[in-house]
Amino acid sequence: MNQTSPATKDSFLNRLLGRIPLSGWLALAAPVVAILFAGIVTAIVLAVTGNPPLETIGIMVEYGTQPRTMVLTLNLATLYYIAALAVALGFRMNLFNIGVDGQYRLAAIMAAALGGSGLNLPGWLMIILIIVTAAVTGAVWAAIAGLLKAYRGVSEVVSTIMLNYIGTSVVAYLLVNVFGVAVAGSNNIGTAPIPEDARVPGVAFIPGTEAKVFGLIFLAIALGIGFHVLLNKTRFGFDLRTTGLNQEAAVASGVNVKRMVVTAMVLSGGVAGLIGMPQLLGASYSYSLDFPSGIGFTGIAIALLGRNNPIGIAFGAILWGFLDSSSNILNLHDISPEIVQIMQGIIVLSVVVAYELAHRYRISAEQRRVSRELAAPVKEGASA
Amino acid sequence: MRSITRLLAVAALMTAAACGSSDSGGSSNSGGGGATGGSSSMKVGLAYDIGGRGDQSFNDSAAAGLDKAKKDFGLAETRELEAASGETDAQKEERLRLLADAGYDPIIAVGFAYATSLKKVAGEFPDVNFAIVDDASVTASNISNLVFADEQGSFLVGAAAGLKTTKNNVGFVGGVQVPLIKKFEVGYAQGVKHVKPDTKVQTKYLTQPPDFSGFADPAKGKTAAEGMYDAGADIVYQAAGGSGAGVFEAAKAANAWAIGVDSDQALTASADVRDRILTSMVKKVDVAVYDFIGSNVNGKVQTGTVMYDLAKNGVDYATTGGHVDDIKAQLDELKQQIIDGEIKVAAS
Repeated sequence: MNQTSPATKDSFLNRLLGRIPLSGWLALAAPVVAILFAGIVTAIVLAVTGNPPLETIGIMVEYGTQPRTMVLTLNLATLYYIAALAVALGFRMNLFNIGVDGQYRLAAIMAAALGGSGLNLPGWLMIILIIVTAAVTGAVWAAIAGLLKAYRGVSEVVSTIMLNYIGTSVVAYLLVNVFGVAVAGSNNIGTAPIPEDARVPGVAFIPGTEAKVFGLIFLAIALGIGFHVLLNKTRFGFDLRTTGLNQEAAVASGVNVKRMVVTAMVLSGGVAGLIGMPQLLGASYSYSLDFPSGIGFTGIAIALLGRNNPIGIAFGAILWGFLDSSSNILNLHDISPEIVQIMQGIIVLSVVVAYELAHRYRISAEQRRVSRELAAPVKEGASA
Repeated sequence: MRSITRLLAVAALMTAAACGSSDSGGSSNSGGGGATGGSSSMKVGLAYDIGGRGDQSFNDSAAAGLDKAKKDFGLAETRELEAASGETDAQKEERLRLLADAGYDPIIAVGFAYATSLKKVAGEFPDVNFAIVDDASVTASNISNLVFADEQGSFLVGAAAGLKTTKNNVGFVGGVQVPLIKKFEVGYAQGVKHVKPDTKVQTKYLTQPPDFSGFADPAKGKTAAEGMYDAGADIVYQAAGGSGAGVFEAAKAANAWAIGVDSDQALTASADVRDRILTSMVKKVDVAVYDFIGSNVNGKVQTGTVMYDLAKNGVDYATTGGHVDDIKAQLDELKQQIIDGEIKVAAS
């Protein structure tokens, strides 16, 4: 098995979360099979619902490759990418942080409130303060679940789901009663807008359109690199992966598991807090009723899709963003936009199934190889 | 993953959710309109908020107005796009832009959430006429803001509740705690107190944003209303979209009164609870949509704020069932006083 990762239980969960890598041609075959399988099932669904499959995909691709749509896709992917990283951080250590959604919404409103508070600071300092506030808020909210797990044995799945509910109420209270500023004639309510010099300008990445990519896409990229370095190049990352894979072994090698649980949740929550930042500092400039919600849950699907790997997640996030932004064009062509959600579900399922099949094949191939070696005459191996 | 429930729930984001009934409002008071008849080369685009057509609510009401306009004016083509839950403003913007790009004119954005995105797209397409329902904050020379005096209609049903209550105790169930629904609550409470100042008004919101399930959860509505009836209320007004069905059930079980919202729910609610609906606060989104399309057909578009209030018959109370016949004279007098400005109804 693989050399860099600590001793691994070959369980379904470890395979599902991508903690056991595939090697050689299997690593290539699994995603190809997944894409083919997803394509076939999607085509069947389209045909059954009375839409010509090839034409439909053609419409999506044609629309998706227009410059403006590519910008839209990248911007959505930026949010999804950070969300999936936050989820993946927990996954790698066997923590299911379902509370990413609540963490980022609470973080977004606190950051937005600070941004709109009228503090007389230079723009760049304000931006840093806003981002730090978001990360700290997300981290603190997630730390509650981490502490409960470490010191009271409360399952983080249960506590984070409950914290989502509490977070929703807190955000609603803050929005309506504390930070909310009503605009004349509007039925919306939001925090005071962030001043212009504290906004992050977009980048004209893609030629042929005036639309701009979120400037904070670079934050997302940096987080992805940081994720890789932290997990694979540091002692902390090694301990984290070890704890995730085999807790007994981790304890035996001197890892303080309780501290690891809290730290991992804090890191996951801190990243979760940043999810809303590209949107807040690059487009909305205020947390209001129409601030996007549910991205934390999308992040779970994308983390699974990307096998908890920063590169895989990037592909997953872009694919997801592309599908989401193409729902409008399908709708315009009289194709139900819900087909997009069906496609997203099929793709995640296909990836899970394809990788599981590849692992099953790997296991049986290993068993065949071992039994072949055992059956073979001993001297053959020795003489070589 | 996003749950279907949430999808349905958010449906009513902007609304108190008019049930899309084919109520007679459309034809009775739309004025002008159908005169042109015949066919038209007009292509009308409609962008819904989450839920789209079939939400039994606000979007359906807009759809009813569109359907009627299509029939009466012989529109060449209509196109309806719907929103996804939790989406960003950029996606809303793109929806409006796609419609404008494809030659749809006029384009109607249903719900205040479109305000920010409409501002941008209206600027990019100065020759296209846009309308937005429930928002007056975004203004341009090619935007009509179709807004409703929800508080005035709520005042009247509040007055009806105040006149009818025998326990001096009434309730209000709001779907989601957003400023829009607050208008219903405030107007209602003012109406109750206007006719019977010592009446107690119980208030309950089912959920808080961004959890919009309060507009689509009859069980929550039922529990809230049961609590109010148990605590001594004999009339409960609901501005809770799909959750209102639960309020009606609770009224039936308690043999008490409920007040409907958005459409004349004594005609649209499930048959077994209709006799417990005292009256309804009718909000004519369908009329607003129909009138706006009609004004485009006639070439006389009114941009800026178009207020659908009591004077314009854009909101009203319903008389179906005859339960308010005995106080109709008083209600109509109050209505006239509001129209004349003698009574000022607060909105927040």
